[in-house]
Amino acid sequence: MSDETTAPASIPEELSQQFTNEGGFLATKLDTVINWGRSNSLWPFPFGTACCAIEFMGTVSSVFDLSRFGAELVRFSPRQADLLLVAGTITYKQAPILKQIYDQMCEPKWVVAIGACASSGGFYDCYCTVPGIDHIIPVDVYVAGCPPRPEAILESLVQIQNKIGDEKVSTTHVEASS
Amino acid sequence: MAKIIPRPQLSLLEQLYFVEVFKGMALTIKHAVRSLAKPETIPVLNYPEVQPELPAEHRSEHRLMKRADGTSRCVACYMCQTACPARCITIVAEESPDGDIEKRPATFDIDWLLCVFCGLCVEACPCDAIRMDTGKAILVEDSRDAFIANKDRLMDWSPADYPAEDIISQEAPGGLLNEQALAAMQGGMFSAGDVADVADKETC
Repeated sequence: MSDETTAPASIPEELSQQFTNEGGFLATKLDTVINWGRSNSLWPFPFGTACCAIEFMGTVSSVFDLSRFGAELVRFSPRQADLLLVAGTITYKQAPILKQIYDQMCEPKWVVAIGACASSGGFYDCYCTVPGIDHIIPVDVYVAGCPPRPEAILESLVQIQNKIGDEKVSTTHVEASS
Repeated sequence: MAKIIPRPQLSLLEQLYFVEVFKGMALTIKHAVRSLAKPETIPVLNYPEVQPELPAEHRSEHRLMKRADGTSRCVACYMCQTACPARCITIVAEESPDGDIEKRPATFDIDWLLCVFCGLCVEACPCDAIRMDTGKAILVEDSRDAFIANKDRLMDWSPADYPAEDIISQEAPGGLLNEQALAAMQGGMFSAGDVADVADKETC
């Protein structure tokens, strides 16, 4: 059984390496090109439930200008978005809606938890507030602050772009998070 | 009493709407042309290259003030932990080897992800041991653990980062140097002997 699964001895080691995702020339170049495209044309879905969403408005507007990072096209349909920006308090009543919207977004998708409430519940240590949205959905980048400054939201976008640059096209987020 | 705001009276030309639309368009085009002709007048903060200029009063990351010998000024009185609305400060006290000071913090953790940067801990501190004047307002990490700052991280600051002419920003003066605390004691319930007693030694 084991003889069938291993590669024949006639193929050199360095040649067989090229056909795997790890060191293949074609696969890595394809990753680079696709990641370049993905990281510079993020389509955010602002899931704004509280005051951090007001700060996000400031981030989109002209002084901070989210469009410099190619992410100005804010979509209010999860089907068209690939970056979920959760800005604001998530209550247990709101949690199923957030989960559904995350599930409706197409792969690949990234999540930023903006502000203390979305990241950790903030000072709402009570029966109705989710203590951080990572109890419901996977989170890529957390932003601290109440609310965070617009520069911090821009910084989270830069970190998301760096994170996309390290990803492989062949791996999906479902595999990575499970 | 309600303030009555008179409604603007529109002239006939304004009521026609047609002229006003082109006035609006002219304003938009004026800004577009100005942005192209003079890019330096665009009010964009180019964030990753240009850092924001925050006022000195801006509440940002905490730091723990140090005594002259390098130890923390914190006496583990739990005032900041009690005042914190987000319960983001966790202090574990231990006995201090100093004879005049009872306690010192064994651990002093601040979870910046829980913190709402309200500054109540700074207000509550009787020893001026905690401050929020580091100017580091951009806290972005990819794990929740990275936001928890321990005592070493809070005390890891250099006097060179703070204005040399402002001595208060370099160290938190205790004893005779802390004029504010002494003035408060002299005007309050303490006797002159108490004040002189405190003024001699560092009690924080």
